Amino acid sequence: MSGSLAQPVTDEPVGKAPSGRRIINGLIAAGVRFVAAVPDIVTSEGLLWPISSERRLRLIRVCKEDEGVSICAAMSYNNTRSVLLMQQTGLLDSLNAIRAIGVDYGLPVVMLVGLQGKESHLPPDRSTSFGVRIVRPILDVMGIEHSVVETDRDVDAIEHGIEVAYAESRPRVFLIGREPTAK
Amino acid sequence: MKRDAALRLLAKSVRTDDIVVAVYQTLFDWLEICPRDLNYVATGAMGQGSSHGLGLALANPERRVLVFDGDGSLLMNLGSLATVAGAAPCNLFHFVFANGTYEVNGSHPIPAADRIDFAAMALAAGYSTAEKWDSIDALNSGVQSFLGNPGPAFAELTVEPGRPYRRDYSYIHSYKARDAFRRALNAS
Repeated sequence: MSGSLAQPVTDEPVGKAPSGRRIINGLIAAGVRFVAAVPDIVTSEGLLWPISSERRLRLIRVCKEDEGVSICAAMSYNNTRSVLLMQQTGLLDSLNAIRAIGVDYGLPVVMLVGLQGKESHLPPDRSTSFGVRIVRPILDVMGIEHSVVETDRDVDAIEHGIEVAYAESRPRVFLIGREPTAK
Repeated sequence: MKRDAALRLLAKSVRTDDIVVAVYQTLFDWLEICPRDLNYVATGAMGQGSSHGLGLALANPERRVLVFDGDGSLLMNLGSLATVAGAAPCNLFHFVFANGTYEVNGSHPIPAADRIDFAAMALAAGYSTAEKWDSIDALNSGVQSFLGNPGPAFAELTVEPGRPYRRDYSYIHSYKARDAFRRALNAS
């Protein structure tokens, strides 16, 4: 594919890795009370383990990611806020549930998705991993708003993104492109 | 037992503020037998009834949530038995209407239809209790105590179709149905 790149490609990631604690604080500030999760190696240390001991959040360990889509959607009917934490493989496995429940029904299913296999110095669309490269184009086709959380500065968008998802009742995906730090 | 007869009996035990999550043909039967705004009809994808029920139970701990699942549906989301048991919502009551077939998709048999034991699986997964009822009399004598004990509780009902009920897919996927549920849920 030719054309100019939207993002510069360097040998090293730009900026500090995202802070897992700041992501968790952003969830709490956005009113999130429940996190449904399937373990993902990208977010394991920086997010899932800390969430498991965070008293202000209740962790629901699900066996399969589409369960989490349904749980989060059902909770939204009385405005109980939740997020689904998973790997991109789980996102791909859950596309029909996301299509039906998030998109067709217009429900605020908020997903934090670890991009396993993504190189830290490359944007997802230029990853050598096919499973990473296709994620954003698929979300675009489905009309699901998404953004990449690659640096600590990107964390700032999470709280607002959740607020918008619930205000407008639609799904939202945050793609975690780099392992968050545990602090 | 006839499914619609079982649903008519269960309707007598449903409180005004209970949430009922039903799926597929059981849902279509239920909508005619017991129409009410707190029927949650928008499960979206096959197999997801138990997961929607879990989300509703956790977000609405003051209400009972009754899931009327199908056997083919539950097979698509068997892991939800472990998820529900792990989350342990005491207000969730999970009924499976086992007819041994994918009824709305041509009545093909489910895998292992002649030997599968859903109640045993639920109990092994960690539900607080699991019952099996294959007659109206058995259901009638057991359902009150079943609903009176803490969940998550599981009941497998062996059923066959009753009279035909209209399959109104446009309603169950409609904004109108979701909005009616939301309004009823948040009314008080």
